Amino acid sequence: MSSQTLVELRDVNFAYDSRPILKGINMDFPKGKLVAIMGLSGCGKTTILRHIGGVLKPTKGHVKVDGQIIHELDRQGLYDLRRKMGMLFQFGALFTDMSVYDNVAFQMREHTDLPEEVIRDMVMMKLRAVGLYGTQNLMPAELSGGMARRVALARTIALDPMLIMYDEPFAGLDPISLTVVGNLIRRLNDALGATSIIVTHDVQESLKIVDYVYFVSNGAIIAEGTADDIIASDEAFVRQFVHGQMDGPIPFHFAGGDYKQGLNLQAG
Amino acid sequence: MPVKKSIVGLGHRTVNTVWRLGFAARFFALTLMYSGTSFRRFGLTIREMFFSGVLSLIIIVVAGMFVGMVLGFQGYETLKRYGSESALGSLVALSLVRELGPVLAALLFASRAGSAMTAEIGLMKATEQIDAMELMAVNPIARVIAPRFWSGVISMPLLSCIFSFMGVFGGYVVGVVAIGVDEGSFWSQMQSAVDFQHDIMNGLIKSFVFGVAVTVISLFEGFDAPPTAEGVSGATTRTVVESSLAILMLDFILTAFMFRGD
Repeated sequence: MSSQTLVELRDVNFAYDSRPILKGINMDFPKGKLVAIMGLSGCGKTTILRHIGGVLKPTKGHVKVDGQIIHELDRQGLYDLRRKMGMLFQFGALFTDMSVYDNVAFQMREHTDLPEEVIRDMVMMKLRAVGLYGTQNLMPAELSGGMARRVALARTIALDPMLIMYDEPFAGLDPISLTVVGNLIRRLNDALGATSIIVTHDVQESLKIVDYVYFVSNGAIIAEGTADDIIASDEAFVRQFVHGQMDGPIPFHFAGGDYKQGLNLQAG
Repeated sequence: MPVKKSIVGLGHRTVNTVWRLGFAARFFALTLMYSGTSFRRFGLTIREMFFSGVLSLIIIVVAGMFVGMVLGFQGYETLKRYGSESALGSLVALSLVRELGPVLAALLFASRAGSAMTAEIGLMKATEQIDAMELMAVNPIARVIAPRFWSGVISMPLLSCIFSFMGVFGGYVVGVVAIGVDEGSFWSQMQSAVDFQHDIMNGLIKSFVFGVAVTVISLFEGFDAPPTAEGVSGATTRTVVESSLAILMLDFILTAFMFRGD
């Protein structure tokens, strides 16, 4: 593992019961870079993220974060490493019984002995960084989808993590919120000097901001490269995905058997 | 082969039940293991006591009062046949302190606070709040489960006492104020019949055991619920059914040990 690589996946295999989800995944996430993992829903993208976060253990291979093999760590070691990570969940996963302020302050209170005045200043700075200063007294139910995602982002960066993971950060956002969240992800990555991993199927927004892309299909990497490489790719699946074509390697119709037979019609 | 199918189905259900019992036992052990936070940061437990205990007060007070009033009427009717109306106070108090207080307060607690706990934990899981906490290096058992567990265990005996107190008051209102049983004999018979160690302490032990059972069932069902609307609603129903059965079964076992008629 080079000193410039923060996260490394080597020959990672994973299966639920006997159903293979990941098949020999190799990936590198260099320090300070913003890397996207793209693919269809259910192709194994989020499973990769869960391996990096130490939620799942590979059946074969390993995931190394900051030089440590994740699945070999004990609970305390894993928690120590997770304190240096942040994860933004698909719909924010804000604590619904806490205000915006308490959500952002959560990790500071849990992991530090900072006095409340310092925590207050830090919360205000984080909220200001995501453009939501003034919302500290609101409850999550009072926020729009885009605002909730930004509050969750403020909570994710509360302790200035070295690695930030985003699970479908653009899902369900309006075009303005989409641009705002996209720009924030890039700006925060550069400002914090962090390494970011985005799992997404939003091609247009993510190709604008990422440094490198891995394309995953059926649990394996089928293409990788910079945004320009991906746009110019000849790979049929990548072309269908990037340009949103209805038919191609991923067929429009589900393999549901003989349609005519299903309607009790004579063949031919 | 319907016979074979039903045998296979029965086998599956049995294995599944044993697995779940094992998970529940492990969950309970982990809750006890990670209980330190609940006492070091007692504010977390106090906050949960407000939601499970204080917000259950109204239903406990009202139900206790009515149960006591019914006991007053029924007890008077029966005792009158033997000319022992003056024993009404001891009948009301013993029934409440030994049985009805702990059991009914626990049943009400299971349907009011237990179901709310299950739904809350189940929804936290469905909306990835539990996963988020775990990924923030905060142990959800220590931060979410243990404070709720201790809040239930502490609240339950207190609620049971309040239930019995209100029941005695209800019995007094009906027996002494409405029917006209002699006030002096009502209280003096009660005082001489109720033994602190044998009746009150045993009642408190019962409610403590019910508190442990109800909160463990409620929290486990929430934590184990499939993260869907159907999963959470099913878990909430199971909480009420399993808690009620557990309370009645435990009550039988505890009563058999405590009041054997020696």
